[in-house]
Amino acid sequence: MSADAVSTDTTTVDTGAGSALDRPFPRAIEMATLSLACVVVGGVWLGSHATEEASLTLPTALMVVAAALLATAAAMVSRVKGFSWNAFRRVGKWALLAYCVSAGMIEFAFVSNDAPSDVLWVVTGLLVIFALVVPFLIATTVARYQD
Amino acid sequence: MHTAVVDAPPGHLPRKIQIVPLVGLPVVAVLVGFVIYAIAADELWPLVLCHVAGGALWTSIDLFVGLAVGPIIGGMSPPARAEFSAKFMPKMVIIMPTVVTMTLATGLQLAMKMGTLNIGTESRDWLIASMIVVGVMAVVALGILEPANIAVLWEMNKPQPNPEIIGRMMKRFVYTAGVTGLMQIATLIIMTRVRTL
Repeated sequence: MSADAVSTDTTTVDTGAGSALDRPFPRAIEMATLSLACVVVGGVWLGSHATEEASLTLPTALMVVAAALLATAAAMVSRVKGFSWNAFRRVGKWALLAYCVSAGMIEFAFVSNDAPSDVLWVVTGLLVIFALVVPFLIATTVARYQD
Repeated sequence: MHTAVVDAPPGHLPRKIQIVPLVGLPVVAVLVGFVIYAIAADELWPLVLCHVAGGALWTSIDLFVGLAVGPIIGGMSPPARAEFSAKFMPKMVIIMPTVVTMTLATGLQLAMKMGTLNIGTESRDWLIASMIVVGVMAVVALGILEPANIAVLWEMNKPQPNPEIIGRMMKRFVYTAGVTGLMQIATLIIMTRVRTL
């Protein structure tokens, strides 16, 4: 198996012995990146319609898909045997703090512009996923290579 | 490209790399506070200051790192590359999220204040194009580049760093920095076009 090999198998992954690069790893990072892409597309849609009344169907659908993808990615990682949760927590908590601040500022920009409540709910949902998915990506990328 | 970064003898690298330079956090706090003030006050000058200063730094750094520093790092000897990365990457961890937040948060506020996003305005399509470019850069930077950056620093802090892991992450960093650097050219074209409409 090549060093880049990944597995789509969602059953328990035995990381066993060997180099951190040789271990199979589920496609959790790809799933989480796709979740981030959904959040970004939803955000661009909302931003580009910030000055008018627009349908919230697309951003709401993207929010649901992003949440599902993130949950699936987390479930995949949780099944990896020997995954370094210690490293995941140590990196993830600081990244979470940083991205909560970042998401909070974007939310503040919408609140201070008196965004309608239905828009605000979707924005909040997308930002919550954003504040979770980026730390997840950072922490998983670091922790997957830990022994 | 040669990807093994750390094959220097132990002790060649600084023993402990501070992944987030704590000395920079007060500066970040001041800048974030000023952005919050600019949005809350909704005054033109603070908004333009944050947007233009943040955007200029973001674009320049992305272009410089992607098209100048990245290839230089790629051509360095592994020990030199490791030493440079250990000092350079922590700075990027703190600078880039700050300038990006400054630019985007005040950019949206400015567009709403100036009405440049309103239907029927000439600038609307250009601004939406800019949001799409920023969106692509955000996915690349947050999904690939930043995790790779942190992973490199984390690995370097181990008593025995794995050169293969660092090499792979550095390769990812250099390539994605190049992609975002090129995309910043689109941002420059769009923003100068919007300003001259």
